[in-house]
Amino acid sequence: MSDMSPAVLLTNTGVPMKAQLRRIERVSQLKSLALILPLLLFLIVTFMLPIAAMLRQSVSNPEVVRVMPATLQALKHWNGKTMPDEATSRALLSDLTRAGGDGYALAAAGKRLNMEIAGYRSLVMKTVRHLPEERAAPSARAALLTVDDRWGDPAYWHAIARNASPTTPFYLLASLDHNVNDQGEVVHSEPDRAIYLDVFARTFGMSLVVTLVCVLLGFPVAYLLATLPTRKSNLLMILVLLPFWTSVLVRVAAWIVLLQSGGLINSALIGLGLTREPLELVFNRTGVYISMVHILLPFMILPIYSVMRGISPSYMRAAISLGSHPILSFWRVYFPQTVAGLAAGGLLVFILSIGYYITPALLGGPKDQMVSYFVAFYTNTTVNWGMATSLGTLLLLATLILYAVYNRLIGANRLQLG
Amino acid sequence: MSQIETDAPIVSFRNVQKSYDGDALIVKNLNLDIRRGEFLTLLGPSGSGKTTSLMILAGFEEPSSGDIVLEGRSLNRVPPHKRDIGMVFQNYALFPHLTVEENLAFPLKVRKLDSLTIRSKVARALSMIELDKYAHRYPAQLSGGQQQRVALARALVFEPKLVLMDEPLGALDKQLREHMQIEIKHIHKQLGVTVVYVTHDQSEALTMSDRVAVFHDGEIRQIDTPLGLYEHPRSSFVANFIGENNQLNGTLLQRHGETCEIQLPYGERVTARATNIGEVGGAVSVSIRPERVLINGASHDSSNRFNGRIQEFIYLGDHVRIRMEVCGNPDFIVKMPINQLDTHLREDDVVPLGWSVEHARALDPI
Amino acid sequence: MTFNAPKWLALSCLIPLAAHAATDLTLISFGGSNKDAQVKAYYGPFQKTSGVHLVTGEYNGEMAKIKAMVEAGNIGWDVVEVETPELIRGCDEGLFEKLDWSQIGNKKDFVPAAVSQCGAGIFVWSTALTYNAAKLKGTPTGWKDFWDLKKFPGKRGLRKGAKYTLEFALLADGVKPADVYKVLATKAGVDRAFKKLDQIKPAIQWWDAGAQPAQFLASGDVVMSSAYNGRIALAQKDGNKNLKIVWGGSIYDVDSWAIVKGSPKKAEALKYIAFASKPQYQKIYSENIAYGPTNVKALPLLSKAVQADLPTAAANIKNAMALNVQFWVDNGEELEQRFNAWAAK
Repeated sequence: MSDMSPAVLLTNTGVPMKAQLRRIERVSQLKSLALILPLLLFLIVTFMLPIAAMLRQSVSNPEVVRVMPATLQALKHWNGKTMPDEATSRALLSDLTRAGGDGYALAAAGKRLNMEIAGYRSLVMKTVRHLPEERAAPSARAALLTVDDRWGDPAYWHAIARNASPTTPFYLLASLDHNVNDQGEVVHSEPDRAIYLDVFARTFGMSLVVTLVCVLLGFPVAYLLATLPTRKSNLLMILVLLPFWTSVLVRVAAWIVLLQSGGLINSALIGLGLTREPLELVFNRTGVYISMVHILLPFMILPIYSVMRGISPSYMRAAISLGSHPILSFWRVYFPQTVAGLAAGGLLVFILSIGYYITPALLGGPKDQMVSYFVAFYTNTTVNWGMATSLGTLLLLATLILYAVYNRLIGANRLQLG
Repeated sequence: MSQIETDAPIVSFRNVQKSYDGDALIVKNLNLDIRRGEFLTLLGPSGSGKTTSLMILAGFEEPSSGDIVLEGRSLNRVPPHKRDIGMVFQNYALFPHLTVEENLAFPLKVRKLDSLTIRSKVARALSMIELDKYAHRYPAQLSGGQQQRVALARALVFEPKLVLMDEPLGALDKQLREHMQIEIKHIHKQLGVTVVYVTHDQSEALTMSDRVAVFHDGEIRQIDTPLGLYEHPRSSFVANFIGENNQLNGTLLQRHGETCEIQLPYGERVTARATNIGEVGGAVSVSIRPERVLINGASHDSSNRFNGRIQEFIYLGDHVRIRMEVCGNPDFIVKMPINQLDTHLREDDVVPLGWSVEHARALDPI
Repeated sequence: MTFNAPKWLALSCLIPLAAHAATDLTLISFGGSNKDAQVKAYYGPFQKTSGVHLVTGEYNGEMAKIKAMVEAGNIGWDVVEVETPELIRGCDEGLFEKLDWSQIGNKKDFVPAAVSQCGAGIFVWSTALTYNAAKLKGTPTGWKDFWDLKKFPGKRGLRKGAKYTLEFALLADGVKPADVYKVLATKAGVDRAFKKLDQIKPAIQWWDAGAQPAQFLASGDVVMSSAYNGRIALAQKDGNKNLKIVWGGSIYDVDSWAIVKGSPKKAEALKYIAFASKPQYQKIYSENIAYGPTNVKALPLLSKAVQADLPTAAANIKNAMALNVQFWVDNGEELEQRFNAWAAK
């Protein structure tokens, strides 16, 4: 011990003090970990795993690889210009024969190929149905052509070849209105199929409008809440929170009743002689904005209010006493201090907005649908989970980028939520 | 001080009243002249109307009736941002999103001074409060005392003729508070600015002020120099509020010009200066400062002599406070420098004590 | 008992763990008045005669749920009501059990669309042109009038989707019912349909839920709409006498019963399907809702008045066409995508 550095501080029991402190630290860390462990597990199971699964699903492409391994192997040597050779055709026949017993895998592969070329699905099914008669045929190529002459078109073989890998950028590219053509180049989708770039732009545009309107409407209310005497502000707060007490669906239904052409608002306007024809307030952008602002306004008001409540009235008084006009004082002294709340509310409303589904679906027309509508469309209607998850992935990515930008501009540590 | 007194007042409150609900008056009928260059403290317990009076002067509250005159012109219609009155708040009210330098430059920029002037004035203010090195820090990065100094500098940097301070040291700990009291006092002397200072801390008022106005129930009970307030209180409230005080209640027997005779409940008689008394036979309260009471041999020559039973010694380093029972008052305090203490005294000893007539004051009863 | 971790995780992520009592048969339909009629015609009598307890539920036809169940191996549903495209896809994908028709009945007794590998038809329903006679001057007779904004001014309701919409557009453009799918199978035909839709695009109010057209028509939001015939018949019954159906140019299809693959109650499920395919029960069903029986032997049991409202009545089916489900299975995804792109512009 004596030749050890005398600088090492030891406890009474001879343990280096630093090691002792580290151990105490570790024990307390374990204790806190034990406290959050149930939540952590909950989050992993209900949040992290589904997100990971979603990310994986958006590039997952196992269907063709599973059903047509031999064909894919054979297609590696294909020139890509004409119908492939006999060996490849034979490989396809044997792949299909083997897969015939597993309807699910076969249908999945057919469905996947149908995304490449419409009608491919029934081509695969038809070919499988005709297999028994054609298996004995001397030429597999001829057999395939007998079943359907589409097998003579190289495009159908390109579609198989494009799916040689168990992962694919297909869905992500499609979500950005791009696809891979027969030459293996990434090209822009045909104009009559391109939709998602517009939808993303619309999603962000509409969310921005909703956020701005919420700021314009919410800021004064928050200011009033923060400056009124407690009893009055409590009453007002109840009114602000009232929307939270009813379900979104009920509120949306109520808006339809109010806004439709024979609804209360139009009847009132016509009754007052303000318009002759009913205004179109619902099943268009107007209706979506009205309802979304209504639903999201509390998310804007609460963070601003919580920040404003912490701002002592003496700041304004100080600025005024220093000679600044009350309005200028508000702008130079009060407003800058509310930026954190404003940014928190803005971020909250914007992020909630870009995920909105029910309100645009029920109150908007086809031109007012946001990304979530298409996620639901692909999940529920066409069961195309690749598209659903890749749209979801891009939306998640957009949210993260947005958060990063926010963090850069304002700083997450200044984020103050209600 | 005589020179100050001859000057016309810088501010006058004339018959100012303030009520919020129309029932109760927060400020009853305020008449107050603030002299040019003086350090005036508005002292009183909370709810006494001192802060309201200050806010009326600053323009953040409107008087319900009456006038405020600043240098000869009525302030009633002048909005607060045009009054040119510096103000220091209890919580400093430094703008958290601006640096120290920007905070100090704020009133100058508002007045549209050129940047060169602003820079030099800010630099001068910073050196006055000795925070030159902290110019680019944000308020949250400063200690409480430093923030207070910046707030002070900001209220002074645009050279107002009048500076109002609303309990500016309330949030500081005792040691720092005492230090800042001296510092503010020095700055006041150095700049010659008129200061109106609000506090509920009587020792702070005594330490700093040229004059102190004692507020109670919406009116000024006495306005005087610290010495005048302490030695010549004109009411029991002031006597009790400023410094420590012993109080003996009795009835007025007779009056002989400057002095009067009071009978205490057990029959003892006290002679005191007739400061604030009513008719003969009315209730009177006699007040004596603890340090003016003499005990044992020292009390032989006193005109008022009594016996007291020692209840308790409270040792305070430089002096001892002795709690005694005197004439039925169980909390009669005697304050004695440590070097004059008779070390043979014990608790429960009965000792003679007394005081001279000029130190006892017959005041309104409580 | 083995503990299969990945499967267990998948379950917890995707679907709630369904408590599945041993004697219960879980039966999922589309709900609404259709379900009410099913309760009267099938559920009640079946429980009474078989002693099998039915647990019923509703869904919106999302195959995602069934797919998740089959993939996870936790089958909470036994019998489901499905539309034909989902039936065909689900049958190919192995989501449904193959049916043993010998236990259900003679295939010849059923309309052709009702008989398939995995499904047995429940009823024939139709999507037709409907209108509010109170809001229209004149009587529309077909899709050409639907497109005629001058003669019949006002908004039109159409289902938000390519299916039906494209067929109706081609019918309005003069294509014969028998040729509609031939035309639609070509790129030029699809272009033609969308071009036709462009003509009335600003006047279209799209609907999603089957209940919406009747409501739009009744409130005057639209003057004409495509609609499911059963919903309109129901609205008529509720007092909206002005709502009329134009049977010419309507498109009919069947809804079918299917058994979810791996159902532990396969035998009971098949028993139920056989029961619900009998003419005497299908008669009760058609008396309660204006959908045609799939068992042709049920039609003569019904009164003339009831028959008049059914898609399968001779007068009604004369100028109608059947939905080509195979076409939509092959081309649905692409056409819906193009429809979405078109509608959003």
